[in-house]
Amino acid sequence: MSTRRKRAATEPTGMERREFIKMSVTASGGLLLGFYVPGAAKLASSGPSANVFVPNAFVRIGTDERVTVIVNHSEMGQGVYTSLPMLLAEELDADWTKVSFESAPVDPKYNHPAFGMQMTGGSSSVWSGLEQFRQAGAAARAMLLAAAAQQWNVDATVCRTESGTVFNGSTRKLTYGQLVGAAAKQTPPSQVQLKDPKTFKLIGKPIKRLDTPEKLNGSAVFGIDVKLPGMVTAVIARPPIFGATMKSFDDSRARSMPGVRKIVAVPAGVAVIADSFWQAKMAREALRVDWDEGSMRAFSTTQMMEEFRGRAKSPGKTVRNDGDAASALANAAKKIEAVYEVPYLSHLMMEPLNCTVDLRPDSCEVWTGSQFQTIDRANAAKVAGLPNEKVQLHTTLLGGGFGRRANPQSDFVVEAVHVAKAAGAPVKVIWTREDDMAGGWYRPAFLHAIEGGVDATGNPVSWSSRLVGQSIMAGTPFEGMMMKGKEYDPASVEGVDDLPYAIPNLRVESHRADINVPVQWLRSVGHSHTAFATECFIDELAGLAGKDPYQFRRELLSKQPRHLGVLDLAAQKARWDKPLPKGVGRGIAVHFAFGSYAANVAEVSVTDGKVRLHRIVCAIDCGQYVNPGIIAAQTEGGAIFGASAALFQELTFENGRLQQTNFHTFPVMRMNECPEIETHIVESTEKSGGVGEPGVPCAAPAIANAIFAVTGRRIRRLPIRLAETEAV
Amino acid sequence: MIGFSVNGKSVDLDVDPSTPLLWVIREQLGLTGTKYGCGMAQCGACTVHIEGDAVRSCVAPVSRATGKAVTTIEGLAPNLSHPLQRAWIEEDVPQCGYCQSGQLMSAAVLLREKPRPTDEDIDQAMTGNICRCGTYPRIRRAIHRAAEMVAKDGAK
Repeated sequence: MSTRRKRAATEPTGMERREFIKMSVTASGGLLLGFYVPGAAKLASSGPSANVFVPNAFVRIGTDERVTVIVNHSEMGQGVYTSLPMLLAEELDADWTKVSFESAPVDPKYNHPAFGMQMTGGSSSVWSGLEQFRQAGAAARAMLLAAAAQQWNVDATVCRTESGTVFNGSTRKLTYGQLVGAAAKQTPPSQVQLKDPKTFKLIGKPIKRLDTPEKLNGSAVFGIDVKLPGMVTAVIARPPIFGATMKSFDDSRARSMPGVRKIVAVPAGVAVIADSFWQAKMAREALRVDWDEGSMRAFSTTQMMEEFRGRAKSPGKTVRNDGDAASALANAAKKIEAVYEVPYLSHLMMEPLNCTVDLRPDSCEVWTGSQFQTIDRANAAKVAGLPNEKVQLHTTLLGGGFGRRANPQSDFVVEAVHVAKAAGAPVKVIWTREDDMAGGWYRPAFLHAIEGGVDATGNPVSWSSRLVGQSIMAGTPFEGMMMKGKEYDPASVEGVDDLPYAIPNLRVESHRADINVPVQWLRSVGHSHTAFATECFIDELAGLAGKDPYQFRRELLSKQPRHLGVLDLAAQKARWDKPLPKGVGRGIAVHFAFGSYAANVAEVSVTDGKVRLHRIVCAIDCGQYVNPGIIAAQTEGGAIFGASAALFQELTFENGRLQQTNFHTFPVMRMNECPEIETHIVESTEKSGGVGEPGVPCAAPAIANAIFAVTGRRIRRLPIRLAETEAV
Repeated sequence: MIGFSVNGKSVDLDVDPSTPLLWVIREQLGLTGTKYGCGMAQCGACTVHIEGDAVRSCVAPVSRATGKAVTTIEGLAPNLSHPLQRAWIEEDVPQCGYCQSGQLMSAAVLLREKPRPTDEDIDQAMTGNICRCGTYPRIRRAIHRAAEMVAKDGAK
């Protein structure tokens, strides 16, 4: 099985960044089951060693020929533990079968080059790492080449590298492993020449993921799998309503339950610390907490949406104002208005939130699946009362992220450090699924009130969008950077403020709703709702104009070649011009987000009010691409993520309490509901864009437009509930 | 004391018999490949085999395993030689990977019972296993591929 590459449990002595604590648990029957835990990390730069060459912070080469790439972004399924090593290995001319990965410790040298902190988000890992990882590989290669040339006493320019080996002519060769000692003595080059893309051997190829094998035999370590000697487990009774505070608690029954170590108030609620998760959970059920319910006790999303509808009647902050949308609408031959509504959504990662903390008097170690290493470490240090450098944060694999593990307040890390202070032992805080869903930091609910008109020939002459919803940037450390000089949150309006259609009179306004429900970025952020509203409304305008939705878009995108490229590609592959079987409808959508262009064509049928998704054809233009296999996976996964939200998902509140608790009330698309999906990637030499998120936004509008095609009913609210939709 | 076997090794545990098998496997036996996802048999991340049947270990009390043979993902084929594991690699199935232990354990029962499963068989057997990353199309392809491998090799 040549494709199998494992992270090694043992690394060359002295250079271990991931020491493994081997533990044995003795069950009473005497069975010993060993397991491994990623332990104290040392920086990759902790010094040279005889059997390892460390040319820079991103790579380590051993005398055993192993090339270890240190990845500064979190692996949450999007493939960075493969695509970023590919970039480095390409320029290094490494033997790909010898390449493995390792997660970076928290250090400024691993900061995101564009965002100035260590983090993973915004579909930015590959484009931001493109130069960084290629440069690191090229620099390492130059040192190996120079070392070989020196040994042979020839000029480096007559030598070449291939597959982990330096060659001089056809007879002399030295492997990278053989050059480890000599290369370490070379001065790192101040400048390197990067390869001509025409010569790429790895970049642009569908290379299989490096992290697959460990995910197939139980050996992959996610945050929830971390185990430390003497570790206890905690669950927290959190307030049932946002903003509620604990008045008192009665643990008289809970504290005497088996395995319970301690029950203690923490800022997040009441922590129940026990020997095992189940014991902690059982004791929490026996705990009685008296809450001061606070100002959100009457909160209802039904009422909130009613208020949003009211606010949409008055002007908001101006986001964009081309021409004069109001007069153009007044003079339009035909006009239409529509209100689109989307609910709060939960990220719902398969791995519920968790965090493990080993707090000592002068140090603190944290293990968690973080997307926000710099912020999480700083927030942990603050609670621990330690300087940042005394806190080590180990990034485990993330069992899904979707933005939730990039919390500006580090909520799941901070509370775990508080629990660790009380626990007096290493502690893992586990959120149940219900805790995770009720824990907030949702995609905000939004309302888009849109009106538009076409002239006598069917050309759109006016479009006005008015949005109402919560800001996700307000109150975060990013507020200043993101909202500088703006009266609105760009993350609320992204995707509508840059509407690509040639409409001469365009107005976009934004109302900020301030509601004490914590909200945050969820995969594709603002685009998750703006694409739904704009791509459904453009279909409504096409209907008003009596034109085919695909051709209508084409006409309005004649000056947008990359939009047009994906739109045409999706339409052609879906055979837009060919009739479908009776009862099947087709819908199309196109959207730009995170530096990439995407289009979907969805095919659906509707039986007894139930939507059946048959096929989604996806096209993506992400510029110059790195791994088409991973891009296809992200694009199809993105479509499923978007379709799940469109068809099934909604968080609602009544009396301040979340009405959904688990997968049965907040469903995720399942195998039997999953359509055929195909992805087509545009060949491009443009600047690389993102891939993790751009696949999400088009699914909902493409499905909604397909439902219109087959039923004649416009979908203006998500999730799609056909029984409630009006016939248009 | 509750006695059963896990991946061919026998264990005797002093544990509350109502504790879900999942947490015994993960915390007491240290086999963390079996995942917690929902705690109410909704997502399938905790799927293990008891005497060859796919069981949601998050709702199965450990007492249900008494005297029986439990297989977890760690026991499927640690060296990744199972046709499903090989097919999963060929199709590059996992994204975050968290649900994949459960997916494989469900698929293993399907493949044993239906060596050439249809798409409908796959729907039926795999619908209890949620994947939030959306790897379903690849899982489907990988199950078909594994079935072809088995048919070709004539043996597992």
